[in-house]
Amino acid sequence: MSAWNDPPGGFHPVSAPDYLPREQLRAVQLQRLQSVVARAYDHVALFRTRMDERGLTPASIASLGDIAQLSFTVKTDLRDTYPFGLFASPMEEIVRLHASSGTTGKPIVVAYTQADLDVWSEVMVRSFAACGVHRGDVVQNAYGYGLFTGGLGAHYGAEALGATVIPISGGNTERQLMVIQDFGVTAICCTPSYFLHLAESAKEMKIDFSKLRVGVFGAEPWSEAMRDRIQQDSGIKAHDIYGLSEIIGPGVGVECAAQHGVHIFEDHFYPEIIDPESGVVLRDGAEGELVLTTLSKQAMPMIRYRTRDITSIIPEACECGRTIRRISRINRRSDDMVIIRGVNVFPSQVETALLRVEGTLPHYQIVLTREKGLDQMEVKVEVTPEVFSDEIRKLETLQHHLESSVENILGLRVKVTLVGPRTLARSEGKAKRVTDLRNV
Amino acid sequence: MKLKQLSLFLENRPGQLRAPLEALGRARIDLLTMTLADTAQFGILRLIVADPERARKVLQDDGMVVNVTEVVPIQVDNRPGGLAAVLASIEEAGLGVEYMYDFAARATPDRAVIIFRFEDPDRALVVLAAAGVRVLTSEELL
Repeated sequence: MSAWNDPPGGFHPVSAPDYLPREQLRAVQLQRLQSVVARAYDHVALFRTRMDERGLTPASIASLGDIAQLSFTVKTDLRDTYPFGLFASPMEEIVRLHASSGTTGKPIVVAYTQADLDVWSEVMVRSFAACGVHRGDVVQNAYGYGLFTGGLGAHYGAEALGATVIPISGGNTERQLMVIQDFGVTAICCTPSYFLHLAESAKEMKIDFSKLRVGVFGAEPWSEAMRDRIQQDSGIKAHDIYGLSEIIGPGVGVECAAQHGVHIFEDHFYPEIIDPESGVVLRDGAEGELVLTTLSKQAMPMIRYRTRDITSIIPEACECGRTIRRISRINRRSDDMVIIRGVNVFPSQVETALLRVEGTLPHYQIVLTREKGLDQMEVKVEVTPEVFSDEIRKLETLQHHLESSVENILGLRVKVTLVGPRTLARSEGKAKRVTDLRNV
Repeated sequence: MKLKQLSLFLENRPGQLRAPLEALGRARIDLLTMTLADTAQFGILRLIVADPERARKVLQDDGMVVNVTEVVPIQVDNRPGGLAAVLASIEEAGLGVEYMYDFAARATPDRAVIIFRFEDPDRALVVLAAAGVRVLTSEELL
């Protein structure tokens, strides 16, 4: 029997690299690392200069461990070389450009050759397959189409898988719900916060969600508690998909049926965990910042890119049989972190705390202010029909429960304010969780 | 007889009260009485309208969180000590009152109507009848 009949039910042939023996995988990784470093050195001034400064040449990479000698690449490098400074292919070979929304100044631009697009589709097919999406599934792709990598990345992946793709893009909730119901949608791709919004609206409009089986959710950090809530309320299986435009877009990694950590497609993306302060590579199991190197990218190789995502590599093998390693759930980013009165706070912690209180939904916003030199944290939480009572006393009790739940997790006094339904900005894309009004 | 009361969550900022009332106005739903309970941060608007089911739908379609609560309209003699007498009966019956307010729309020179929210409205109906307190029907009020 061929290798891909071994896991129960078999798997999509394109998923074969998910199950390579580690030794073989490492051999592929080394060979690809050597070639991508040579490509970066030969074609990208920034990488060549940095290697020259350290007295390195592509020949210095004799083992996978040698990657630690190379410099990190950071987001500002992409801004500083805007728009095309990191391209390693001539424009004649580049068939697609994407760009980030760029909340601060210029966007960052990323490029793909046809071979890059093929790799991207391949990892997206492997992602969908790992989520249990197959040919015959009707996939509603509610990621935004356009410069954002989410829409087209998921689109071509689902098509290559052989599923039926509905390229609905983001927004227009009523139309999304009508399509889910009328087209018998079985799988949906969007951000988890937008799915919550859809599910809530569906309840109000009495939309039938019963055929929907799988959610492939990404593009923003979300907590385990939020997953539990989505799965309980909607009866779907909610998978986390990980990716970033700088590396390829969605499809850097995904959760399998075990839903315990995101498998990184290590034959294309080499993961390291570093201490964000010292830059030292940490052993498997230790928590730190995820650093990724693209092993097969042509148009825009990325060497040791600092993702700002905080996670750890799970050392144990996964029960699903994949040999590619997993990272633990990313529910925070080092640049999401806010420091309040010396305490590090991540929005995901607040989310977890709120979800611990019965009936609340994670529609919240953190507002930071400074009064008389002291940081104040207010958490605005929307009132839902489930928690609304017509008695002041019960609402005040709810407020206190939420406050103490947040305080228990953060070790910080916070003020919870109940706000009207749908008064906090709804994300069609990524939820904005923190408003910092401190003038620091 | 129990009445259906609508309760709405309101934030404590300008315009919050106007929005639901305008929505009801557009739907031509007559407001019989209302009361506003407020704290420093938020308020709860309690309404009694002629058509509570339709009103609830109108308000929810406008994106508001609406609760339907059962309240009991009680007739009180319109004379000094009239309400105190009713309260005495309620107290003797051991009924817990969450809150109460005046139903001005159907007051006459002889009687006033007070809306009571009891902890347990069903038990309240039984006990009040036994105590000779006059509970009004919706036909008498709406």
